[in-house]
Amino acid sequence: MKATGKYKIFYLFLIVFAFSIYFSLPTDLTASEKWAGVDESVIEKFAKEFGIEPKEPLINTDQGDLLLFVFLLAGVVGGFIAGYYWRELIDYKDRKAEKVLVGSKKT
Amino acid sequence: MNSRFKIQNSKLIILILVMIYFSLFTLSDAYAMHLAEGILPFTWSLIWWALAIPFIGYGIWRLKVLSKDDLSFKPLVGLLAAVVFIISCMPVPVPTAGTCSHPAGTGITAIILGPAISALVASVALFIQALFLAHGGLSTLGANIVSMGVMGSLAGFIIFKILRSLRLNLMISGFFAGLLADWATYLMTSVELALGIRGDAPFLPLLTQIIVAFAPTQIPLGILEGFMTSGVVMLLYKKRPDLLMKMMVIKPSEVKG
Repeated sequence: MKATGKYKIFYLFLIVFAFSIYFSLPTDLTASEKWAGVDESVIEKFAKEFGIEPKEPLINTDQGDLLLFVFLLAGVVGGFIAGYYWRELIDYKDRKAEKVLVGSKKT
Repeated sequence: MNSRFKIQNSKLIILILVMIYFSLFTLSDAYAMHLAEGILPFTWSLIWWALAIPFIGYGIWRLKVLSKDDLSFKPLVGLLAAVVFIISCMPVPVPTAGTCSHPAGTGITAIILGPAISALVASVALFIQALFLAHGGLSTLGANIVSMGVMGSLAGFIIFKILRSLRLNLMISGFFAGLLADWATYLMTSVELALGIRGDAPFLPLLTQIIVAFAPTQIPLGILEGFMTSGVVMLLYKKRPDLLMKMMVIKPSEVKG
C-alpha cells in the first residue's frame, strides 16, 4: 500500500510524536549525567571504584576544536575520494563500453 | 557486464563515502563502550592482544584468498569496513537508561564476509577510532578487537548459520544475528573489564554487577541492532541478491524471478 499525501502527513506527525515521547521519558539522572556514554556511566565508573583512572590517549583529539579539525580533514579526504569516483558513474567511456558489450551479446 | 558491475560498485563506494562525509561532520563526542586507554592493567592488555592477533592474521589470509580471483572483493570489504566504522561511532540515546551507546555493526559484516574478515574489518575501524578519535585506546585495542571484532562476529555468524539451517527466513535470522552480535560484544567487554579491574575481588559477582549496569542501555540497543542488521540483509536481498549469492549467504534457488 502506497502512502498518499494525507497519510504521509499523518505518518510524519506520528514519527515526530513518537520521538518527542521517546526523548522525554523520565530517568533518575541529573542533567550532567544524562546522555553520557556507557564508557563513562559503566566502564569508567566501575574502574574508578577499583582505583583505576583512564589515561590520555596517544593522540588526544578531544581537546578544544581539534576533533573538529580531524573531522574536517577526514571530510576533505572522504569528499575528495567521493568526488574522484563520482566520474565512474558518469564516465562516457564506461557507458560506451557497456553498450558495446550489450550489443556484442545481442549479435 | 564488467562495466555494469563497476558502475554498481562505484555507486556503492559513493554512497558509503557520502555517509562517512556527513557522519563525520555531524558527530560530536564519542560515546563508546570501547575500553579506554589505561583501563586495563598491562598484563591483561597483552593477553587480549595475544588473543586478537591470530584472528587478525587469519582475517588477512582469508582476505587474500578470497580476493585472489575476485577483484571486486577488496572494495566490498573496504565499504563494509566504512560501515562498521560509522556504526560503531554512532551514539544512540537510550531514554529508558538516560545514556548513550552505539551498535557494533559486526553482525552485518559477519553475515556477508564471514567471521574472520569481519574481525579484521572491526580491527581496522577500532584502530582508526583509537588513534584519531580518542575512542578506545591503543593498549586496550586488543581487548576491544576481541570483544567487538571476534566475539561479536562469531556470535552473529554462528546464530545466523544455525537459524538458516533451521530454515528460518533471512529477516528473522538477520535480526537475531545482529541482536546476539551486539549482546555478545557487551558481554565480552564486561568479562574483560571484570578480569582487568577486580584485583582480589571475586570475579562472578563483579561481572554480574557490570552486566546489570550495561543491561538498561544494551538490551534496547541490541534490539535496534537486530532490526538494523535485518534491514540491511533484506535490502541487499532485494537490490543485490547477486552479492549475497556470491558470498554464499543465500542459495541461487532462494532468489525470486
